[in-house]
Amino acid sequence: MAIHLHENTKVLVQGFTGQIGSFHAADMIKYGTNIVGGVTPGKGGARHLDRPVFNTMKEAVTATGANASIIFVPPPFAADSIMEAADAGIRYCVAITDGIPAQDMIRVKRYMRRYRAADKMLLTGPNCAGSISPGKCMVGIMPGHIYIPGNVGIVGRSGTLGYEAASQMQEVGIGVSSSIGIGGDPINGSSFRDHLEAFEQDDETKAVVIIGEIGGPQEVDAAIWAKDNMSKPLIAYVAGLTAPKGRRMGHAGAIISAVGESAAEKVEILQECNVNIVPNPSAFAAVVQEVLANVN
Amino acid sequence: MDIHEYQSKEILADYGIPILAGGLAYSPEQAVYRALEMGGDTWVVKAQIHSGARGKAGGIKVCKTEEEVSKATEALLGAKLITNQTGPQGKICHRVYVEAGCNIAREIYLAFVLDRAKESVTVVASAEGGMEIEELATTKPESIIKTAVEPAVGMQPFQAREIAFGLGLDKAQVNQAVTTLLGCYRAMRDLDAAMVEINPLVVTKEGNIIAVDAKMGFDDNALFRHHNIAELRDKSQEDAREMRAADRGLSYVGLDGNIGCIINGAGLAMATMDMIMHAGGEPANFLDIGGGASPERTTKAFSLVLSDDKVECILVNIFAGINRCDWIAEGVVQAIQKINIKVPLVVRLSGTNVAAGRKILNDSGLSIIMADTLKEAADKAVAAWKQAADK
Repeated sequence: MAIHLHENTKVLVQGFTGQIGSFHAADMIKYGTNIVGGVTPGKGGARHLDRPVFNTMKEAVTATGANASIIFVPPPFAADSIMEAADAGIRYCVAITDGIPAQDMIRVKRYMRRYRAADKMLLTGPNCAGSISPGKCMVGIMPGHIYIPGNVGIVGRSGTLGYEAASQMQEVGIGVSSSIGIGGDPINGSSFRDHLEAFEQDDETKAVVIIGEIGGPQEVDAAIWAKDNMSKPLIAYVAGLTAPKGRRMGHAGAIISAVGESAAEKVEILQECNVNIVPNPSAFAAVVQEVLANVN
Repeated sequence: MDIHEYQSKEILADYGIPILAGGLAYSPEQAVYRALEMGGDTWVVKAQIHSGARGKAGGIKVCKTEEEVSKATEALLGAKLITNQTGPQGKICHRVYVEAGCNIAREIYLAFVLDRAKESVTVVASAEGGMEIEELATTKPESIIKTAVEPAVGMQPFQAREIAFGLGLDKAQVNQAVTTLLGCYRAMRDLDAAMVEINPLVVTKEGNIIAVDAKMGFDDNALFRHHNIAELRDKSQEDAREMRAADRGLSYVGLDGNIGCIINGAGLAMATMDMIMHAGGEPANFLDIGGGASPERTTKAFSLVLSDDKVECILVNIFAGINRCDWIAEGVVQAIQKINIKVPLVVRLSGTNVAAGRKILNDSGLSIIMADTLKEAADKAVAAWKQAADK
């Protein structure tokens, strides 16, 4: 089954005609994703990459029946685009944009609370590499070929570290049901926990890898939830053992600013919650293999 | 981005937060002039550096005479102050703020922070002012009042009153405190601040509420819409190398080890540093070269890493998604040809066009140690560093 993204998912690209949007839209089409069109305000009526361009998300959704979108809109306008997607009835949205002001994201999250759970858009990112259900649908900027279809779910805050994990698994023949990037910002659209809930419900997924890092409460929240609510084994790596306190390590959200936010502290709590820890970033495949052996 | 105390106070005063009379000085003469201008018999000369805990580092001096103001200023200007927030390298004081004294009856801690768990602005207050919040959290956690602000409507007067009464303020001071609390929230929201801290917020013996210290930090991602705030940047307070990196579109954090790192992606960079430590070495820096790294950017990354004298080996780790290994390889070759790299260089390429990338490095005839996996890269870098440093 995979989660969120399937063969029949219809995807719109917000910021379709821009340089970055065009490049990645072409790549996603090549992968086999059903890109049904895109939105660039003012360019409605044109065609781009052999697909229709619309002025607004509402028009685009009405015309195409799209249920997912991916956002390449520059930071000053990205929060607006996310809310436009939610309002147009999009169900799954990937925000790639890096550099959205934190208070804009606070407003986005508050805005999304107006929807009932059944009508609510699930947002991933911002500042993420996207999501992929290998062989079915890729909504992101990742190199699709490093993911083979399989039974392990991945949720991570980092793009390239997620690639590293997936390719280590590919080397030993372990496939992925879905891989979800939740992004490196301090305020994320969705958390580890949101996606663990989906993976727990997914028949195809046998185990889930979470790729965390320093800063914020997310990894610990997810592990505490999983301890009581998840039957599938959880595997985790937390990056940044060498990161000093109070310094921002690239990602806007990767900063130790409170007790419990360092990699060592997170690992300790995760272990207490029976999460299988990947001791160093070259051991993803080995730990996943070991865990899967016990599942089957 | 952080700003100075006097700048924070200027901003907060516009939002109705009461502050003391004060003025900025770049010389002892100017400091004395400021003191005479405001009158009174007690002045506080405060070093303006981007750090809290200045008092313990000798950065705050209470003066009773003009001579004392002059001497205190002379001692502070150009001095390097080391606090628990500056790191061992400290920060140089280039300006002082001369402020009127006041009669302190009690001190309150007040901060507005971005709460990641609640996804809102949260007010943190404590009747035990003067201490740092980490200290309060461990020694007097029961004294801390926390209130989350609903972003749709902003902070409400009742929330401010609850906090004010919770701090045990007299009813005469509650209104003043409410003005201060609501003002701080408005400043934070209007200006995209990441943090507003008033420590201490003082109740004077005369019963007035005054912000005696103030600190504001801003969301770098929002500076594009606050040009007046962006102009307050004081580059002398920031790490020169990190600033140069930011100007070149690279994300760099200097550390204490000897193995220089050039990596794409923040998560992979942190993981590679962890791997170096696991292999028995120590990273000299965090450096995220970003997506779409051109040869120019790669060259800049090399010169940046090498500007740290401690670097005795360089590890390049690229997992190409948007990037392409052949571009990175060309960049590495060009960088080596342009800059004289005397330290051993380990390169690990993976992802898009990896075969072409490896071929370029092999054919270049340069002495590059190649690695296939993350583990191999870290092991080889640590081994090369030990050999080079003869350890």
